[in-house]
Amino acid sequence: MRKSYGDPIAEDLRFVVKTLVGEENFIDMTPNRSNNYCCGGGGGFLQSGYKQQRLEFGRLKDNQIQATKADYCIAGCHNCHAQIHELSDHYGGGYGVIHLWTLICFALGILGENEREYLNDDLKEVAVYGA
Amino acid sequence: MSDKVVKLGGKKKSRFMDKVMQLLPEGGNLNLCLTCGACSSGCPATGLDGMDPRKFLRMAALGMDAEILKSDWPWMCTQCQRCIYVCPMKIDIPQLVYNVRGTRPREERPKGILGSCDMALKNDSCSAMGASPEDFTFVVEDVLEEYQEAQPEFKDMQAPIDKQGATFFLNQNSREPVTEPDEMVPLWKILHLVSADWTYGSKGWGGENYCMFLADNDSWEHIVRTTAKQADDLGCKIYLNTE
Repeated sequence: MRKSYGDPIAEDLRFVVKTLVGEENFIDMTPNRSNNYCCGGGGGFLQSGYKQQRLEFGRLKDNQIQATKADYCIAGCHNCHAQIHELSDHYGGGYGVIHLWTLICFALGILGENEREYLNDDLKEVAVYGA
Repeated sequence: MSDKVVKLGGKKKSRFMDKVMQLLPEGGNLNLCLTCGACSSGCPATGLDGMDPRKFLRMAALGMDAEILKSDWPWMCTQCQRCIYVCPMKIDIPQLVYNVRGTRPREERPKGILGSCDMALKNDSCSAMGASPEDFTFVVEDVLEEYQEAQPEFKDMQAPIDKQGATFFLNQNSREPVTEPDEMVPLWKILHLVSADWTYGSKGWGGENYCMFLADNDSWEHIVRTTAKQADDLGCKIYLNTE
């Protein structure tokens, strides 16, 4: 968000996420908004072949996420999703990484059983649409 | 510290940095560095390949062209632009990095990025995974039909392709139609519930653009023009980029 749209859009997204999960369940990273760190999935890094360096790049992001003790991290795009998902595995954080659309549909109660690839076991069976 | 002393002086030679400055508005402010190091202290790429943003810029300023042009570090910088954000002089280091990428012979750039760019040039989809317009159309229609049947509340949900006059043109990362098609559905549901008038394009639907990462300007432009033209030809008013 920082790079392309700036802080006002970051605030809009916080409104969306807090509305979905409740104010008390939203935890910001430090630093955040325009001061946040890139996860390391962008710029072609995922396809560049420099895996070890990419994971080292992402260590900062993983530390940030783990410090929040949050169960899930929301990723804004596919590159971020793939990278942060790998960081969670690689560094053992175990936090889930989900797209915003997954969270929106989950909160609306319309997320079916085949649309839950990235939910962890804690939410896998919760409020399954059509079940 | 480097082992060898770098000798300066003599005739002022043409630097690579000068060429980049000619390309950028205000020369990217590349000559304004105060050497404070704010860029490097908050850069996740600091230390990779023995490099950091300040060092890279200083080397460019000192005319150490051979060293920066052979460095692999530009492929480890994601061009996230945080360095610009924290820089008191707003120096555009990412554009310097981008242009260094572009100096390497195309076939010697990282194979994965190169391959993804070439895939996108294979057909009108502009998909980095090479999926054809026919493949994409088949997958979208197949998945939609399945969900219309399995989830009655969404029996009227649509996922149009090339719908003339739709308000929104939506692109799509190739990963979903190619490897995890169910992941396309939540966004369709949201668009359905808010009654958005939207469409995919059979051409230019691929949301990713590895030719940009490859620093292949002509191919990057080709992809952007293909998808923009499709949105224009359909008369769409707003382009939604899911990336």
